[in-house]
Amino acid sequence: MALSLDEVRRVARLAHLRLSPEEEVALAGQLSAILDHVAQLGELDVSQVEPMTHALAAGDAAPLRPDEPWPCLTPEQALANAPARQGTCFKVPRIIE
Amino acid sequence: MTAPAPSPLLRLSLRAASEGLAAGRHSARDLTEACLARIEATDGRVGAFLHVTAEAARAAAAASAARRAAGRALGPLDGVPLALKDLFLTQGVPTTAGSRLLEGFVPPVDGTAVARLKRAGAVLLGKLNLDEFAMGSSNENSAFKPCRNPWDLTRTPGGSSGGSAAALAARQCYGTLGTDTGGSIRLPASFCGVVGVKPSYGRVSRSGVVAFASSLDQPGPLGREVWDAAALLQAIAGHDPADQTSSSRPVDDYLAGLEGGARGLRVGVPAEWFQGGLEPGVEAAVRGALSAYQRLGATLVEISLPHSRYGIGAYYLIATAEASSNLARYDGVRFGRRAAGVKGLKELYLESRAQGFGAEPKRRIMLGTYALSAGYYDAYYLRAQKVRTLIRRDFDAAFQRCDVVAGPVAPGPAFRLGERTGDPLQMYLADIFTITCNLAALPGLSVPCGLSAGLPVGLQLVGRPFDEAGLLTAARALERELGPAGAPAGLEAA
Repeated sequence: MALSLDEVRRVARLAHLRLSPEEEVALAGQLSAILDHVAQLGELDVSQVEPMTHALAAGDAAPLRPDEPWPCLTPEQALANAPARQGTCFKVPRIIE
Repeated sequence: MTAPAPSPLLRLSLRAASEGLAAGRHSARDLTEACLARIEATDGRVGAFLHVTAEAARAAAAASAARRAAGRALGPLDGVPLALKDLFLTQGVPTTAGSRLLEGFVPPVDGTAVARLKRAGAVLLGKLNLDEFAMGSSNENSAFKPCRNPWDLTRTPGGSSGGSAAALAARQCYGTLGTDTGGSIRLPASFCGVVGVKPSYGRVSRSGVVAFASSLDQPGPLGREVWDAAALLQAIAGHDPADQTSSSRPVDDYLAGLEGGARGLRVGVPAEWFQGGLEPGVEAAVRGALSAYQRLGATLVEISLPHSRYGIGAYYLIATAEASSNLARYDGVRFGRRAAGVKGLKELYLESRAQGFGAEPKRRIMLGTYALSAGYYDAYYLRAQKVRTLIRRDFDAAFQRCDVVAGPVAPGPAFRLGERTGDPLQMYLADIFTITCNLAALPGLSVPCGLSAGLPVGLQLVGRPFDEAGLLTAARALERELGPAGAPAGLEAA
């Protein structure tokens, strides 16, 4: 199946990715080839099959842990990798004009 | 000019290094200095390390030596130099995930597996090269530098844990951690002639490991010998309250029964894994390993995994869907790369992500976003999850008749750098035999079983859920029968 450039741009908007025109063209071709391969899943009748929604079998899932507080990052630790900060806040460009 | 001869300590397995420490034949400092010198002498050509923490390693070695002198050694890993795929968060040490997006990121905490290795007294030498966000099969998607296969420097070490396998083959350390989402431990282990274990989903905590595809990701150990990988797994396995998907099942003793042999073992051989496309040298080595199991008293059982061929398709929908969600967190706000000179928050997201992500993460984010987008969910993601159920049922049925499933790790040995970078689908097909194990959430490993034209070949073993002990015992029996994988000579000659 061929993915159109418009479709590539629609998906890029959803994914918050800015693509160059060259990237759009390359991805249209590459994603189309991958989707062609993936289309083979359509050969299978899965109408009576439950989806595997969890990788641990039910009996293996860990019980919920007690709802008790435990140590978390301090504000300084949390802000240590911030590209920009002001006081104990992450600083971002203006949101509302 | 000739480099100084490599220290004989570098020839030791982790086990022998550990036993030597206990017997006082060498010190943690001796091992650490030998590894650091080896990294210095060889890593310009190999490219396994992204970051070497020499001073921290020396301090850890000194602390280990002091514990040992006081009679308080912590166990088999105390004083043993190890290294970590740069996907594991390390407190105070840069963690990049192989991406420009995380360049300069210094985690405030250690991940659980890292903390457990430190508690076991291990000496951590640094952070290892990988494909960006663990997305790749050749380590060529590293944003920083290629990693090369020590057996042949024109070839890839496999990926995504390429540095983790190459560092062991180059004898730069005694054990490493990697992660495996679709084969990222087993493929490089096979290509580099070392042992790599992908534990059952939920056996090792994912807390503090940069997320790629959360229902498939699993950290695991690599070692030059089976015992080495088993000892590392022992240290990191077990329930972690910080990872809700980590299993609370008790952890088996992986070393106690390791020499139990293969007599009576039923080895399942799936017809689908031998149908066409196998490089002849790989097929010969794998079939040689199956014959070795027969000599050891195991029986070969023909089995069928009829949905194997749908694994790649299901995987590249599920893994990319989960990746598109996981990688949404990289928005340039709280950590990671932020684009300069942008107007407004939306611009900040778009530009920071455009500048930070390389081609492969972009491709996977796009595919995953498409598969999850309105109107396509049922046809792609939901269908893939149903196929995942069918793949798991294939294994459940097989394990009625056999104890382990055996076959190739990959269709061929290590391929050349640049050979597949132009064709993403060709690259994805390198994972054709490893991917179903992740989809089925089962434990799997790669153990060396010979050479094809001078390049290592790994045998893949897949086991029942949480039967890592059985899997390791089976691998050890083969290792003993076939003898050591040998070591690459190329590095010494150069």
